Amino acid sequence: MKLNGNKPAAEREGAVLFSSYTRGYGIRKALEIGRENVLLELRESKLKGRGGAGFPTATKWMLVAASKSEEKFIVCNADEGEPGTFKDRVLLLEYPELVFDGIVVAGFTLGAKQGIIYLRGEYEYMLKALEDYLEQMRLDNLLGDNILGNPDFSFDITIRLGSGAYVCGEETALIESLEGNRGEARNRPPYPVNTGYMGRPTVVNNVETLASVPHIVVKGGEWFKKFGTDKSTGSKLFSVSGDCERPGVYELLWGTKIKDLLEIVGAKNTKAVQVGGASGICVPKSQFDRSLAYEDAATGGSIMIFNESRNMLKVLRNFMEFFVEESCGQCTPCRIGNVKLLEGIEKLEKGTYTFSQLNKLKELGKTMQVASKCGLGQSSPNAFLSILENFKEEIFNKNGYGGRNGK
Amino acid sequence: MLVLEKNSLTEEVESLVDQYGTERSALLPILQAVQRKHKYISDFVQQEIARLLDIHPVEVYSVVSFYSFLHSEPQGRNIVRLCQTIACDMSGKEAVARAVERELGITFGQTTRDKRITLEYANCLGMCDQGPAMIVNDKVYTHLTPEKAINILNEIK
Repeated sequence: MKLNGNKPAAEREGAVLFSSYTRGYGIRKALEIGRENVLLELRESKLKGRGGAGFPTATKWMLVAASKSEEKFIVCNADEGEPGTFKDRVLLLEYPELVFDGIVVAGFTLGAKQGIIYLRGEYEYMLKALEDYLEQMRLDNLLGDNILGNPDFSFDITIRLGSGAYVCGEETALIESLEGNRGEARNRPPYPVNTGYMGRPTVVNNVETLASVPHIVVKGGEWFKKFGTDKSTGSKLFSVSGDCERPGVYELLWGTKIKDLLEIVGAKNTKAVQVGGASGICVPKSQFDRSLAYEDAATGGSIMIFNESRNMLKVLRNFMEFFVEESCGQCTPCRIGNVKLLEGIEKLEKGTYTFSQLNKLKELGKTMQVASKCGLGQSSPNAFLSILENFKEEIFNKNGYGGRNGK
Repeated sequence: MLVLEKNSLTEEVESLVDQYGTERSALLPILQAVQRKHKYISDFVQQEIARLLDIHPVEVYSVVSFYSFLHSEPQGRNIVRLCQTIACDMSGKEAVARAVERELGITFGQTTRDKRITLEYANCLGMCDQGPAMIVNDKVYTHLTPEKAINILNEIK
């Protein structure tokens, strides 16, 4: 497999997502084999959602396909806000044919007439290029009325911008935002597949999930399943940042070990890897044998590397400041809990903590994991708990990040 | 003929409502359009949007106050957002931030006296492989150094 890093699309090669694909092929093939077969191929592929939660995509699609509602929606979640994650940026800018074809295939398969891309506000600079691409698709009859001459299939895609709220990456908060409300997560059930955008059945898929679909339709679920592991099929895009020589986006197969990834990206003297962004887990050196897969170290794609010179307490402080700012404030465990965890970090920095206070904060973190309303509060204590557990000795000594910039 | 500012704002909101519709789902696109042009959404505009969309003004304010890119108070003509998240922080954001503050004579969250620039922090711009990064209005700059950042800011009108 070739390594991609920060190379432009023309030079990229990869086993699955970055393998060769011609615009419109997935749509043509879907129209040719029919809805049922698209769903069967998708089920065969065992594709799981690439946003991080890993829900089987075919199951989600089948629930919407079975619905009798006259109006259904396909929503592409391009609210990529997890610190350390930038794979969707690369997919949207360099592989729009995969993302858009995936949305159109979803529209055809599920009987929807409208697709919506919820693009994070920070990516507004992409809007013009994406709108131009959609216009070209309309001219080529890949969007609009009677797509590719099929009288039963009319579908179009609109792009909606977010306005700088991380929580809107959560699918029900995203739907609230689309409907013109504050981006606050909904109680579930009902799930979006039953009651989504405007109360209609809605599939919300990650950009990378939808980008996988055209390959599966064209090359088959069996082909897709050959890559990766039994429980994590296919490949994964990893966005790598931090202390390494070659940061960037890499397509690797599920099951790749953390230590192998570190070698690929040129990471030296690594002491910790944050897998899954700020809301993910911090893996110490002793566990670099772990595999990147749903059954082991699961991730939406963010890999942040910290070398020996970094102060993990300062890293943790940055993560917690992020969550304090980004909590929507709707539920108490998340709104208060993140602030309390940050206060705990400040006490650790000043050396004014007691161990009984620390133990209470760990308990609080675990409470947040079960009692918060949405994924933000449920996962924000992950870094706190894993860094405190794995870097106990260091946390009580150092100040500053150290490293390249002497901070 | 002299057009009163309020009349002109009302006409502007009416034209946005014509463009995006009167459904509640049109609220964010309308607010974003106002924010893009005026750099903030005044109380009067919020009331006009509420009137035309037939929702309570408090509903409009609750949405404006929720999203970090929407402002109900006047901002500078240009909004500069420096990413403060971990990867940019590790690659030297602090030095850039201090240099920018010194140069402009304001701290983050403030606007220059000539209303030219409002300085804000952003939470992850998705440029973690190319930090430190900042957005000026909707244009992204990466691999910043203090000097590079100052040069970019000096170019802004």
